[in-house]
Amino acid sequence: MTGFRLKSGGAIDRGKPLSFSFDGRMLRGFTGDTLASALLASGQRLVARSFKYHRPRGIMGAGVEEASALVTVGKGAHTTPNTLASTEELVDGLDAYSQHCWPSLRFDLGAINQLFARLFSAGFYYKTFMGPGKRPKSWLFYEHFIRRAAGLGVASREPDPDHYESREAFCDVLVIGAGPAGIEAARVAAEAGLDVFLAERDFLLGGALLHESQPIEDTDARDWLSARERSLRAAPNVRILGHTTAFGLYDNGVAGLVERLQPGASARERFWVVRAKRIVIAAGALERPLVFGNNDRPGVMLASALRAYANRWAVAAGRRVLIATNNDSAYAAAHDLARAGIATTLIDARENLPASLLHKSKEAGVELRLACVPLRTIGRCARAVEIGTADGGGVETIQCDAVGMSGGWSPTQHLLSQRGVKPIWNETLAAFLPGATGEPIRCAGAAAGTWRSEDCARSGRAAGAEAARALGRRAPDEEFPGPGGWEAPIRPWVFGGIKGKAFVDLQNDVTLDDVRQACAEGYDAPELLKRYTTLGMATDQGRTSAVNALAVIAEARAKPLDAIGTTTFRPPFVPVSIGALAGAERDQHLLPTRRSPMHDALVAQGARMLETGLWLRPWFYPQGEETVDESYLREMRLVREAVGICDVSTLGKIAVQGPDAGELLDRVYVNAFKSLTVGRARYGVMLRDDGIVMDDGTSWRIGEHEYFMTTTTANAGKVMAWLEELLETRWPDLRVAVTSVTDQWAGASVAGPLARDLLQALVKDVDFTNEAFSFMGVREGSFDGVHCRIARISFSGELAYEIYVPADYGQALWRVLLEGAKSRGGGTYGLEALGALRVEKGHVGGPELDGRATLDDLGLGRLASTKKPFIGSALRMRPDLQRKDRAQIVGLMPVTTGETFKGGSILCAAGDESGHGLGWVTSVTESPSLGQWIGLGFVKGGLADWEGRTLLADDPIRGRRTLVKVVAPHFLDPEGKRLHG
Amino acid sequence: MLRINCPFCGERDHSEFTYGGDATVTYPALDAPTEAWFEAVYVRSNPKGPHRERWQHSDGCRLWLIVERDTVTHAITRVEPSRAVLSELIK
Ligand SMILES: [Zn+2]
Repeated sequence: MTGFRLKSGGAIDRGKPLSFSFDGRMLRGFTGDTLASALLASGQRLVARSFKYHRPRGIMGAGVEEASALVTVGKGAHTTPNTLASTEELVDGLDAYSQHCWPSLRFDLGAINQLFARLFSAGFYYKTFMGPGKRPKSWLFYEHFIRRAAGLGVASREPDPDHYESREAFCDVLVIGAGPAGIEAARVAAEAGLDVFLAERDFLLGGALLHESQPIEDTDARDWLSARERSLRAAPNVRILGHTTAFGLYDNGVAGLVERLQPGASARERFWVVRAKRIVIAAGALERPLVFGNNDRPGVMLASALRAYANRWAVAAGRRVLIATNNDSAYAAAHDLARAGIATTLIDARENLPASLLHKSKEAGVELRLACVPLRTIGRCARAVEIGTADGGGVETIQCDAVGMSGGWSPTQHLLSQRGVKPIWNETLAAFLPGATGEPIRCAGAAAGTWRSEDCARSGRAAGAEAARALGRRAPDEEFPGPGGWEAPIRPWVFGGIKGKAFVDLQNDVTLDDVRQACAEGYDAPELLKRYTTLGMATDQGRTSAVNALAVIAEARAKPLDAIGTTTFRPPFVPVSIGALAGAERDQHLLPTRRSPMHDALVAQGARMLETGLWLRPWFYPQGEETVDESYLREMRLVREAVGICDVSTLGKIAVQGPDAGELLDRVYVNAFKSLTVGRARYGVMLRDDGIVMDDGTSWRIGEHEYFMTTTTANAGKVMAWLEELLETRWPDLRVAVTSVTDQWAGASVAGPLARDLLQALVKDVDFTNEAFSFMGVREGSFDGVHCRIARISFSGELAYEIYVPADYGQALWRVLLEGAKSRGGGTYGLEALGALRVEKGHVGGPELDGRATLDDLGLGRLASTKKPFIGSALRMRPDLQRKDRAQIVGLMPVTTGETFKGGSILCAAGDESGHGLGWVTSVTESPSLGQWIGLGFVKGGLADWEGRTLLADDPIRGRRTLVKVVAPHFLDPEGKRLHG
Repeated sequence: MLRINCPFCGERDHSEFTYGGDATVTYPALDAPTEAWFEAVYVRSNPKGPHRERWQHSDGCRLWLIVERDTVTHAITRVEPSRAVLSELIK
């Protein structure tokens, strides 16, 4: 026989039935159920297959301690694997599926692993596939099969269709857990006037009181609870979040919380960052399993879970129940089950018990056997238990259809441990209690090792009052009760006489023998054991297994448990979905999108846009069915033969103003700017402190005390912050201000032999003749009454100008430029053509300014002033940066005209393709002017060693090898006739 | 998860700020020898306890600040403008 619903009782609404499915089978439950309680009530014992051995597993817990019943919820893109059946609130239409089973839950091929259990013992994978003498490839070969056979549930591969939210909150006191301690802490703090945040993992408030049959403080537990919940909910200074788990505590009172929302809410989950002045951890304690043979079988549960299912959900796990314990706590479970009419046998490892416990058991009708321990369960789903004395004698078989176990209690230490607080071992209670912390964090209730509900409430009041006083409020005096509360001491860890597989960590399938074997092999420290056996890993984080494992190690090493050490728990306490962490910051909302002032005009014209950093920039302007290659080659011809216009508004622009503006530029650029005359521009390069090139661009002298600096698009923010840093932290005496004006100006490059003609027709008040406006000249003028700034500078090697107008006039400028260009046989060109034009001219760009290249590597050494020092001038002279065999810039051309090669190829001597080669290719383009492919790259020794010689451009990833000739990196018009014409 | 009390903008989340390195380093003159620059750029102590750091309020007032932070507890004990003249101004 299996679980069933009791006739009456429970905090479920029998008037509101719900239907759900498990592995496609339609089942029914009630509002107030969890998936686990509804499955149990439906008689479903087998719920999952275990992680490694694929052993059948059922429900073993009633809360976050569940280590077996991991299921997958939802289907398709909504799939959530590794969901604890015990914490999943039942909703109508829920679809749940078992995990790790192929082809089905009842018949699982992976269960054959059980027959090879000896092979899968501790460290098996390492020894067999990765150990000494194994070829490194053997792990690579086997890994695929091992990962397929083992592992937790499978996530959907589709994009997550759900919405997630994130919130930030501040409060005086964050109370984690709404059991008796948490509720009282929140109440006292709130009554003292504090701003209180109360987070509860469950969908109901109350914690252990939800399944408490005994009165608390002379009041029925449910009445006690509902009175307090009402007043807390009515208090304006209390925020209560149900369904919310605190998964991590961080520096300065920051807590990470994840809130699960109901179907139909604005989001699936909400991620909270709560900053609290004080934190009360009232997260309760987790019951430990007993370690005995086949303690993982479906039907074997924690004693507290048996009690919770009976009292809160009116579900009996069986009709004949055997409960095994080593402490007082299981008595309440046995009494409640017996009172509900379940035949209940309680076996206790202890011998001498106070009369009160014996009397109460007798009164409730519990058959009590003392000095008895469970040795093993019998049956695929437990149908009997062999019991005996602690040394394995006096064996007797007791028939039953459900088993409860209580191996003692572990206060939830995870959040405190995350803060680096070492717990303190309490021998009497066989439990780790919270250690001291200098942070304003207090554990209360069972989380502090206080067992009785009334003491928990008192502990909560003391914590609330303490928080209030610490924050300068008045609060009633309340003493923290000491830990404990049992009538008789616990008798922990009886490992004698155990038969068969006794699991220490149910989720990770680690047995008593595994832990003992690991210890025998020397992996007897908790952190080592964890890595060697996987105990305490995965979603479970050792919630029920950690202390039992320490006890096994202690026994093996014949040392007291507190001499063994502990592992550090890490966030998150429960799994947190990536979606919740990302919140709304996904897809196009991950980063802002920046659009140039010309954007709409470019798009209207048919530009294909490209994301470059945050910016959307015009990539190319296809005509008809043109591909990108056809398009950019045509656009290049427009520039070389007529006139092309290109949006350059994204370039960084900085107004440098003040009497010391020139001095600042002299210090940050390698070349001189103070000596630049007003009305002239100059190309400059900046280095970092370490002598490596940071950025390049032109700066224009607008006036005696004003420069207009341009930077590359990519480094605009970096250069701005750099200038600010220098002025504020190193040179506060310089009388100069820097202002980012990137967004204030729209700009276009006008390039090609007809550029002068086009601009002269547009800007009448500037004389564009070569004599009046020579190369690198700067003029201010107006078009249609709009002020504009023009410099004669060229990136393409053609006669070219950059013209800037206030951003709001960008589209107007673009329209007249476009009209003028078209009427002269020209047009627009995009980034692809821009990049190709600059490669033809040998100008360095982003791929060359890679944060590793020096001025000399880039062939720009002659720019560096010898008359003044500048940022980087000292460290660029380091011997290693001056080595002649450094990789330096070269031009590259395929030996055979018509062949192509690719950026990213490795350059090596032909016939020696091993290792890292002699250099690499950075930029490659087809050159219509030269009628073949050309590129830039870096090669050791540079032009001095390689000019005129042949290298192999090896592209092993894409499978291409091309012989290339090394040439000077100025392919077109090296004398600059076009530029100056 | 730091909160930095910008002297100009008030207490803000550290995500508004950009870390700018060790504030105890004094950079040498631009024409100082390579060895002095090597010291300033590469040689750092790794103190346990109170430490002075540069932070820029990059998504706020953009001013550079000197933040005194304990590297063990992350407690921030002092925040002041990097420019001494501004410190005087806000007094
Ligand atoms: Zn600020």
